[in-house]
Amino acid sequence: MEVVLAIITGILYAAGIYMMMRRSIVKLIIGVILFSNGVNLLIFLSGRLKKGKPPLIPGSSDVFIEAYTDPIPQALILTAIVISFGLQAFAIVLVKRAYKVLHTDDLDQLNTTDEDS
Amino acid sequence: MMENLVIWPLAVHFFFSLILMFGWKNIKLQKNVTIIGNSVSLAVAIYLFINIYQNGTQTLAAGGWEAPFGIVFVSDLFAATLVLLTAISGFAVSIFTVVSVMNARLRFGFFSVYHFLLLGLNGAFLTGDIFNLYVWFEIIIISSFVLISIGGEKNQLEGAVKYFALNFMASMIFLTGLGLLYGLTGTLNMADLSVKIANLESRSLVDICAVLFFVGFGIKSAVFPLYFWLPASYHTPPSAVSAIFGGLLTKVGVYALIRVFTLIFIEDPFLQTFILAIAFFTIISGAFGALINNNLRKIFSYLIICHIGFIIGGLGVYTELALAGALFYLVHDIMVKTNIYLISGLIYRLKGNNNIKQLGNIYRDYPRLSVIIAVILFSLVGVPPLSGFWPKVSLFKAAFANANYWYIGALIFGSLITLIIAARIWSEVFWKNKDTEIPTRRFIQFDKLKNLQKAQFVVPIIVLAVISLYIGFGAQHVQELVSEIAHDLKNKRSYIDAVLNQE
Repeated sequence: MEVVLAIITGILYAAGIYMMMRRSIVKLIIGVILFSNGVNLLIFLSGRLKKGKPPLIPGSSDVFIEAYTDPIPQALILTAIVISFGLQAFAIVLVKRAYKVLHTDDLDQLNTTDEDS
Repeated sequence: MMENLVIWPLAVHFFFSLILMFGWKNIKLQKNVTIIGNSVSLAVAIYLFINIYQNGTQTLAAGGWEAPFGIVFVSDLFAATLVLLTAISGFAVSIFTVVSVMNARLRFGFFSVYHFLLLGLNGAFLTGDIFNLYVWFEIIIISSFVLISIGGEKNQLEGAVKYFALNFMASMIFLTGLGLLYGLTGTLNMADLSVKIANLESRSLVDICAVLFFVGFGIKSAVFPLYFWLPASYHTPPSAVSAIFGGLLTKVGVYALIRVFTLIFIEDPFLQTFILAIAFFTIISGAFGALINNNLRKIFSYLIICHIGFIIGGLGVYTELALAGALFYLVHDIMVKTNIYLISGLIYRLKGNNNIKQLGNIYRDYPRLSVIIAVILFSLVGVPPLSGFWPKVSLFKAAFANANYWYIGALIFGSLITLIIAARIWSEVFWKNKDTEIPTRRFIQFDKLKNLQKAQFVVPIIVLAVISLYIGFGAQHVQELVSEIAHDLKNKRSYIDAVLNQE
């Protein structure tokens, strides 16, 4: 299972970065979404996969005795998902506004701020 | 109340940003509340700084969860100094914002977002948990996205798209490094990470994490070759917004670099050479970029990049003296960079233009203002008694001691170009005999403002100039402060003990 998830993470990274480097702004957004999902999966994997083990200490002892699921990566992912959701929502609105004002979705045309004025 | 002192700079901004969410349309009220809020935060920051300076590092475990399990807030001298500088620039810029930004822009919750931005900055300085640092970074960038695109002008939106794309990428790369680091060590507390990383066997994975962190923070602090978003976007929002961005946003990236590369990743010859090479190219490319531009704010954007190189180079040399020099430069740079963006806003208000080819005669028309601005330009260059000079002494000494001659060459070159640019700005903008056409539409010229409004334009600049002068003439005090910080950074035991070995 780790191998499959690792390959999927790699594909999400590659696809995300590829899409971010395309010229269309809409593809930029798609790239942003893929990239952030790839990162979330990576954090999930970094906590190691354990099947059916609770992240709990039994009442009779003070420390973990057997293998347990690490809850922290899942808490991190939850935070990261919420944050990237907010960012994506902002990005979609920004792109819509930018398209309305600039009348283009080609990133190569967006070069007026680089020119000397 | 006193044991919670560390959290106060955050609480004040959070409180005021919530207050400011009410009554969006009542701009007059909002303006007053934001100035009160920033005054309170300045007072808190001064109190925190004095307290830390006298009593040493303070920590606060959030929710009572002891480190390394819970999130911990740490205020060492480094963090407290930066919180103080943030409060000073935040205060100055808020006064400037009140009068210089159009009401049409302020009507969209501008001040609330402004307080959230300062909240994020303070949080990033004070946190002792690396994932929490990521969260504060996100708060900073999402507030800055709003501030940069508020108003919705054509080039603003264009700059915002570029700014968004690269900063988002930086955050994701930082998060990747963070995930790997957690997988390696199983902890997120920075002090605990520092202990555990030192004992790890697989150095190659640690190096990969280090490079990911460097790229992530490097994009945020605009080092070569990752700086292109900065000159493409910093000149598009109102100058008050540029001032807070130029003064503080790139510096929080530098802060994270210094913190992570002194505390978590231990000394490594490869990494030092790498950082020095990056610093060299950052200085050179920033200097050339500043030379060829004519827009005042774009010149300043490139100067930011050039001077970021000075600081990063100090980190690359990695002796105590070099770190002290880099930190001194950081202190000087936050004050001066905030101020020169405010000055560009003032010049725009005087003449209605920011292109140095079309400006002129400011010295003839406003001699007293020009003298103040000249002082700032001189301290930007680093003419001896002023603030830019002293950090360079430390940097030169440290670089000579370590025989980093390329870095020394870049320092000299960068300083020389800064001098040329200051001279060019002076002769073109202040001395040149050319009358600028002042636009008549949607523009109120400085002379037509009321006296109070004029004061609101000039007072923040004077306040920051006085602090710059103090950094220059009171260099002894600042030097003692940064030496102590550099000593703590180099011997990370005190930080680790403060976090992990609480009673």
